[in-house]
Amino acid sequence: MRISTPKQLKELQKKFQDRDNKLAKKIIVCHGPGCLASGAEKIYQEFKKILSEKKITGITLEALKKTGCHGLCEKAPLVAIEPDKILYTHVKERHVVDIIEKTIKKNEIIPELLYVDPQTKEKIVRYPDIKFYSHQTRIALRNLGHINAADIDDYIRVGGYQGMVKAVTKMTPEAIIEEISKSGLRGRGGGGFPTGRKWATCRKVEDDTHYVICNGDEGDPGAFMDRAIMEGDPHSVLEGMIIAAFAVGARDGYIYVREEYPLAVINLQIAIEQAREYGLLGEQIMGTYFSFDIQINRGAGAFVCGESSALMKSVAGEVGEPRAKYIRSVVKGLYDKPTVLNNVETYANVPLIIEKGADWFTGIGVKKNSGTKAFSLVGKVRNTGLIEVPMGTTLREIIYDIGGGLIDGRPFKAVQTGGPSGGCLPDTMLDSPVDFDSLTKAGSMMGSGGMIVMDDRTCMVDVAKYFLSFLVSESCGKCNPCREGLYQLYKLAIKISEGRGEEGDLEKMEKLSDMIILGSLCGLGKSGPNPFLSTVRYFREEYLAHIRDKKCPAGVCRELIRFEINDKCDGCTACLMACAYNAITGSKKQPHVINQELCTHCGACVTVCTRNAIDVF
Amino acid sequence: MVNITINGKLVQAYEGEMLLAAIRRENIDIPALCHHEAVEPYGACRLCMVEITKNEWDGWKNHVTSCLYPVEEGLIVNTHTPTVIELRKTILDLFLASSPHSTVIKKLAAEYGITRTSYEEVPDSTDCILCGLCTRICDKMGFSAISAVGRGHGKEIAPPLKEPPPDCVGCLSCAYICPTHYIQFTDNGKERTIWGKKFKLLRCEKTGLPTITEEFAAYLIKHREIPEDYFKINDLSHRRELALKMGQITQWGREA
Ligand SMILES: Cc1cc2nc3c(=O)[nH]c(=O)nc-3n(C[C@H](O)[C@H](O)[C@H](O)COP(=O)(O)O)c2cc1C
Ligand code: SF4
Ligand code: FES
Repeated sequence: MRISTPKQLKELQKKFQDRDNKLAKKIIVCHGPGCLASGAEKIYQEFKKILSEKKITGITLEALKKTGCHGLCEKAPLVAIEPDKILYTHVKERHVVDIIEKTIKKNEIIPELLYVDPQTKEKIVRYPDIKFYSHQTRIALRNLGHINAADIDDYIRVGGYQGMVKAVTKMTPEAIIEEISKSGLRGRGGGGFPTGRKWATCRKVEDDTHYVICNGDEGDPGAFMDRAIMEGDPHSVLEGMIIAAFAVGARDGYIYVREEYPLAVINLQIAIEQAREYGLLGEQIMGTYFSFDIQINRGAGAFVCGESSALMKSVAGEVGEPRAKYIRSVVKGLYDKPTVLNNVETYANVPLIIEKGADWFTGIGVKKNSGTKAFSLVGKVRNTGLIEVPMGTTLREIIYDIGGGLIDGRPFKAVQTGGPSGGCLPDTMLDSPVDFDSLTKAGSMMGSGGMIVMDDRTCMVDVAKYFLSFLVSESCGKCNPCREGLYQLYKLAIKISEGRGEEGDLEKMEKLSDMIILGSLCGLGKSGPNPFLSTVRYFREEYLAHIRDKKCPAGVCRELIRFEINDKCDGCTACLMACAYNAITGSKKQPHVINQELCTHCGACVTVCTRNAIDVF
Repeated sequence: MVNITINGKLVQAYEGEMLLAAIRRENIDIPALCHHEAVEPYGACRLCMVEITKNEWDGWKNHVTSCLYPVEEGLIVNTHTPTVIELRKTILDLFLASSPHSTVIKKLAAEYGITRTSYEEVPDSTDCILCGLCTRICDKMGFSAISAVGRGHGKEIAPPLKEPPPDCVGCLSCAYICPTHYIQFTDNGKERTIWGKKFKLLRCEKTGLPTITEEFAAYLIKHREIPEDYFKINDLSHRRELALKMGQITQWGREA
């Protein structure tokens, strides 16, 4: 069936809504990355088995749904019961019968599966009442946790393709670009470049061929926003791309997805085929002269391939190496043709802006940073997961309200944003708003949306070392300042962490950083020194402690720490067994001692000691 | 023609040419290790960076690689500002750590006042500076026998699987273009070895002198429409033959 008029789409939507409304209850089994990793598929199969074996009045298999990431990954696997908005956490296969017998059949709540508020210890039934959700505003992630990713009908039911149909049948390309420009939408892939301006430039380039590309490379370790969208709501990406293609006059589109995301590839492929069947992709879309189709490209999983010029080379089948950008890719991009490249999340925002208007979008967020931003909140917070907040939300709100504070109530030390080449911000910056400009001013960056919370047991020299080592191996190796400069910066960080640091090393590193930023060809090198620069800016004392006092205050840098057993030791022998180097001696029920000669500072004893009897100096 | 200012001097440059060419025409010496006229500019060594600005940029300045930046009307270029020099010094210092034994690097670094690297010497260092000239010339010749493998600090130039490259014809373009003379080959007049692959050299039927490798000749005959017997003699003998012919023609002319 081909959809060729707006009316037809509305009728279809109505039909799917009616069908959905007939379901007394819906069982949502989250199939986001976190839940899948904790056994969501088994739970789904168990529900499926029971629902198909037993006849339950009012409940059929149709009520069972796999959706994209619901958000609260910390409590995976998640099962939600709609329309009551009940959320069950840490669900196991054995709970499935209970959920059906009690909640589905008798409307009874199962208390032990509920979320417990870390502060009040209160059990919360409905997920909108959980702070993690109530402080969020979901635009790009609007459908995650609500619709079946592999079903275009479900997307249409919740209003999918309305924006695109409006754009293609009722708007001119210029009007679309104007609307996107007015909305102030900025690229969510990290740079924050105004999307409307990018499209306008591309449209103006006179050429017979224009391309649109979606950047789904998402190379930041620990980030999974784009993955969650591609897996859980692929049609929102396609819809955004179709609007972009119509606006700039493109016939062909590509989605570049990293190899490590097979489910994203599958779901996008299914979505593309379904959209073709409905005539939303392909020749003469909506009975107009506009034709557009999309292909998927699988990236080799190199971080640098997320960079625009490297990505385009990779799509064209060449080595993914950045090229100098004195000619911009909107003018000369893929196959030297004018090309619009946007991030997954950017595209996912587009349909709603067209549907609801630029004014609606600018009403969310702050000036010059309208709308929302998705983050993957990870590290030492209680509620790790996928979140989306209005631009301008403070770091404190994200970490304490949504994230529920730090695990075990430990003191906050820093939050790292912006991916590997982002920066670390200390507690004095907790009240700064999260938007492109504020984060950059603070010495970090938005990046594509990774957010790692660190507690007092994190050493900032060690953190800088970790991210530098990532960049040293992920640099494409083409240009000298990035390849050799970052390597030397990394070597100097190692030198400091091993207690070999000297006066003047920090200044030397700062000078080298300036030159790497000035001299590097692409964004990787230009932001590469950030992990060092932001940590030395806010945690200089910690660096100096390593250099002058040869001490690691956080007790992390192996060469600089010493483990000693205090008088809390009751001789349980756990540490003695755990030590692989036979450095611990002592007999049962007698205090143990660590032989400093043999100790390698691996920390295994600290991990196993339940008496807090091992001090780290 | 395009009007630009280089180090305070108004000069004219050709439309479409790169800044580096205009700068060099002014006899201004700036290093450009990854640049060669025979191949497309690449922008890897970053030594040729210069400062650019324009009157209408309100004091805003940019630093660009001159080998890659096309000339533009009204561009004001400075090739030796303190920042640019500092950058070149840093790059040379870094190169000296990664290729400490290269005479070319040592000489260039010394010109900028650096005789010892201030960084840690890279273990297992080589003279390869990853300028990419060899792979670019090999691609341009049409062989693509060698390429860059790996990324990051472990990147290197090598034939596929580090075995003698099947597509190599032994033309030696890579060795000749290598700015640090890192690419080694042997040639004893009968046999040539490069990248671990052995080649037999053809001989000129007239002079007995070695010409090019059998593989290279076969390639040129097949792909460049060169007559099959062309490589039976060497260039010198071809020239001699031509001279003889020309002489004959003149002779006939006189006689006629
Ligand atoms: C080293 C490097 C890695 C990048 N990785 C990504 C990525 O994984 N995903 C992404 O969307 N953008 C990435 N970018 C940004 C892209 O180059 C580009 O700016 C972006 O895709 C444009 O889309 P947007 O305007 O919608 O953000 C990266 C940039 C650099 C320099
Ligand atoms: S800055 Fe780094 S990643 Fe970018 S081109 Fe240079 S070496 Fe490659
Ligand atoms: S010569 Fe321009 S970057 Fe190397």
